[in-house]
Amino acid sequence: MNATSPLYELKDLSKRYTRGKETVTIFDALDMTINTGDFIAIMGPSGSGKTTLLNLLGGIDRPSSGEVLFEGQRIDNLSQGKLAKWRAANAGFIFQFYNLMPTLTAAQNVELPLLLTSLSGKARKDRVKTALEIVGMGERARHRPGQLSGGQQQRVAIARAIVADPKVLLADEPTGDLDRTTADEILETLQLLNAEMGKTIIMVTHDPAAASHAKRELHLNKGRFEEKGKA
Amino acid sequence: MNDATLVRKNLFRKRLRAVLLMISILIAFLIYGMLGAMQNAFSMGTEGAAQDRLVTVNRINFTVALPYAYWGRIQQVEGVRTVAPASWFGGYYQEPQNFVQSFAVDPESYIEAYPELVFQEDQRLAFIEGRTCAAVGQALATQYGWTVGERIPLMSNIWQQQDGSQAWELDICAIFDDADGTYPTNYLMLHYEYFNESLLFGRDSFHWIAITTEDTSQNDRISREIDELFANSPAETSTTTEAAFNAAFMEQFGNIGLILTWVIGAAFATILMIVGTTMVMAVNERTREIAVLKTLGFTAPRIFRMVLWEALLLSFIGGLIGLGLAALAAQGASAALAGFLPSFGLTWTNALTAIAFMVALGLITGILPAWNAMRVRISEALGKV
Ligand SMILES: Nc1ncnc2c1ncn2[C@@H]1O[C@H](COP(=O)(O)OP(=O)(O)OP(=O)(O)O)[C@@H](O)[C@H]1O
Ligand SMILES: [Mg+2]
Repeated sequence: MNATSPLYELKDLSKRYTRGKETVTIFDALDMTINTGDFIAIMGPSGSGKTTLLNLLGGIDRPSSGEVLFEGQRIDNLSQGKLAKWRAANAGFIFQFYNLMPTLTAAQNVELPLLLTSLSGKARKDRVKTALEIVGMGERARHRPGQLSGGQQQRVAIARAIVADPKVLLADEPTGDLDRTTADEILETLQLLNAEMGKTIIMVTHDPAAASHAKRELHLNKGRFEEKGKA
Repeated sequence: MNDATLVRKNLFRKRLRAVLLMISILIAFLIYGMLGAMQNAFSMGTEGAAQDRLVTVNRINFTVALPYAYWGRIQQVEGVRTVAPASWFGGYYQEPQNFVQSFAVDPESYIEAYPELVFQEDQRLAFIEGRTCAAVGQALATQYGWTVGERIPLMSNIWQQQDGSQAWELDICAIFDDADGTYPTNYLMLHYEYFNESLLFGRDSFHWIAITTEDTSQNDRISREIDELFANSPAETSTTTEAAFNAAFMEQFGNIGLILTWVIGAAFATILMIVGTTMVMAVNERTREIAVLKTLGFTAPRIFRMVLWEALLLSFIGGLIGLGLAALAAQGASAALAGFLPSFGLTWTNALTAIAFMVALGLITGILPAWNAMRVRISEALGKV
């Protein structure tokens, strides 16, 4: 598979929510392709459907109609159980508020996705160590989230997202809660993962400075994408 | 790390809360164990052979005596095999608080009527032969450290000898046990003849007469005939199965079974509500974390199981400690009450029932939070910050 083969294809995708008698359409007949190795920043006003789109790509939510293809296979019609397995194998998630387990150490948090694999304890340990080192948190393996700064927690969360070696990273405002300097460090880490490890990254952000770290910027507005040319 | 680590970490996330819940579960099982041990003591001797043996007592109540002649007359009733008369002795050893349950019996007929009593053959013969012999139950012998060949003075707080003394010198000729542990062995037997001849008052009477029959299906007819035999006499009789007699005897202390059921029921209803609501709350607090686990690919059934295991673990830690304490307490109480209540202790049935209760408690208190956890919707749970 070369660098420009499609990882995702969205075909005639629609998402509607019904609230009482009212139906809200988030997307209607959306078509879109995301290539392997891409680093996309998705921007757009609040409520435009950015998180909804990530949920559809991440197999967390299902479309009202249309298809989501991942490596040519539909994922929109998988059962809940199959979707869970698909997520474990293919997608890494990074959240605005890190969402680490407060009772577990950094290393244990990173190990969580590996509980869903058949790796031996030793192999898991090695993987966790490598993942923490990639994000520069090798020294903090035994710390709990409460003992780490926001930026450090987000690094641990990134390690958790990459430890099972997924093809795509889905990040929803990963720097939304961080100061400029820390945000830039995190974004550089993501760039590194994209460039060196070939991870496809789809990142939602409000911050144009954050978006500028991506290869591609898409603006979501009223259910449509506008591609923004890169300077 | 594995799922069990997560279960344990989640259970002890709020240490104080977990410990308080365990203590409340512990108390419920402590109550269960203690009351169960008490019930065992009270219900001993209402099973097995006791269903087949008949007991004749005075119709007024069992403390009023029956004439000596009834022994021979009951023997005449058709279908009767063995007639074994006995009298309360009401003994104590050295100090009045060292109560020793003791009966004056006719050794030959008594041993014949109670085949579940296990004797060494030479000791059995020695007991039957020796006028001043006593046969001591294993539990009682252990309590006072008595051995065969010892001579003990047994005081009576009911009877007096012709010389004014209240002490009977007894030779321990036999120590007997119970074949399968369903009958108490915390008593001793002495010769009726020796006892009767020495009495100052109250001679030639019995307090109860145990009867075995040729054919237990005839027991109803036989008890009726015995009671008819003595109808309209100064000492009318009441003949029932030994089990019914024992149960009626224990009824004096109130309907123990019913009281226990209510107390245990109340304790468990309380525990169910406390643990159940706390578990629901505890899991609700973790909605976000559960959503994250699901995002990572943990399936709904797996999350359901993890929460259920958490409730089971809680129930088992509290329950097993409570049951263990109950067993220890029962052992202590058993030593203190040995003279009054036989074998105050927990049986395997008690322990298995308690474990079944622990499983039930865990499942009942875990199922709702587990169900809630399983149904957490990722997008909704992560949407609320
Ligand atoms: N479960 C739901 N039921 C009904 N409406 C929903 C639901 N989830 C999202 N919506 C609506 O869909 C729209 C898009 O929501 P979404 O969270 O995708 O927006 P967003 O672009 O991520 O916004 P923000 O930048 O504030 O995070 C919003 O109007 C929201 O109210
Ligand atoms: Mg959003």
